[in-house]
Amino acid sequence: MKKFIATIKNGILTENPTFRLVLGTCPTLAVTTSAINGVGMGLSTMAVLICSNLFISLLRNIIPSKVRIPCFVVVIATFVTIVQMLLEAYVPSLHKSLGLYIPLIVVNCIILGRAEAYASKNSALLSVADGIGMGIGFTLALTIMGSIREILGAGSIFGINILGASYKPVLIMILAPGAFFVYGGLIGLLNKIQEKAAVK
Amino acid sequence: MSGGVKLILIVISAVFVNNYVLSQFLGICPFLGVSKKVDTAIGMGLAVVFVMALASVVTYLIQYAILDKFNLGYLQTIVFILVIAALVQFVEMFLQKASPTLYQSLGVYLPLITTNCAVLGVAITNIDRGYNLIETFFNGVGGALGFTLAIVIFAGVRERLELSDIPECLRGFPIAMISAGLMALSFLGFQGLIKL
Repeated sequence: MKKFIATIKNGILTENPTFRLVLGTCPTLAVTTSAINGVGMGLSTMAVLICSNLFISLLRNIIPSKVRIPCFVVVIATFVTIVQMLLEAYVPSLHKSLGLYIPLIVVNCIILGRAEAYASKNSALLSVADGIGMGIGFTLALTIMGSIREILGAGSIFGINILGASYKPVLIMILAPGAFFVYGGLIGLLNKIQEKAAVK
Repeated sequence: MSGGVKLILIVISAVFVNNYVLSQFLGICPFLGVSKKVDTAIGMGLAVVFVMALASVVTYLIQYAILDKFNLGYLQTIVFILVIAALVQFVEMFLQKASPTLYQSLGVYLPLITTNCAVLGVAITNIDRGYNLIETFFNGVGGALGFTLAIVIFAGVRERLELSDIPECLRGFPIAMISAGLMALSFLGFQGLIKL
């Protein structure tokens, strides 16, 4: 039980996929144009991650090592297709704003990376914990980035205008360069905080 | 508009206006991973051109000859990624025989072309936009050329950055991101050049 919680914490903090492992950079930069998109993508990825980690862990002793990557990919692609269909049916507006990046979850380095590094070597329960932890970590990171870009670039958060009509939005933040700047800036900031903590 | 002009516009759009890396955020992982030296970047770029061109054509054929014919549209994601994985495997074997030095320098990033969002992304985009076979091929090559352009320029920038004095907390990844952002900013200048 303790290990379960520790694994979850690990995914959120120590090995945060976005800020520490720097995996899954494509969706991180692409869909964080608003907070809600960040949340939506994060949760979709988490769903796929938990399911694929579980299945790959359960099958880890049956899949031959030589063909493990294609097998992982098929498992992951199946869950992505399911999530794709569910999103299209129940949340069509999110499906529309995430667009191309939903099927691209299948090549999200986080999912294949965790399947290879963790799920294929650990028990089903811990793999699910890892999926939950990484998923929450990823969702948090995306939400933070999405919020920053939305606040600066549109003066709102989750669609609610908070900076008032007189705020001139910094459009660049919702466009491509803004994504790079915010991502780089955030990691630089986290490095600085870590530096300070280490010095103490 | 005539076929030939459309093809040129498709390529210009893919390389400059909607650059796959700097505008559509596809292929960031190899963009960051292989852009430390210009030679490796060029090699990776060429490998990606080959894979993307081939993948575009093959996935197009599979979509219309098999998936649509038998109403298996929902299998698109699974089938496409498997085709891409197989193609990358093939390119790997080819490179090992044809150019062992390039194979060595690309290292682990060669099989990683499979997870390169740009390859799967261009395959899906081709279908979504309803391109015919020739347009598909040109879009694939164009996208890959745009990727190569971005990665080579970035490698040049990073080689210079290595020699610069950068604050500790920004060293490595953060400054790379900020530089990429500045590149993306400059490519924004191409916006509105073409309406496709």
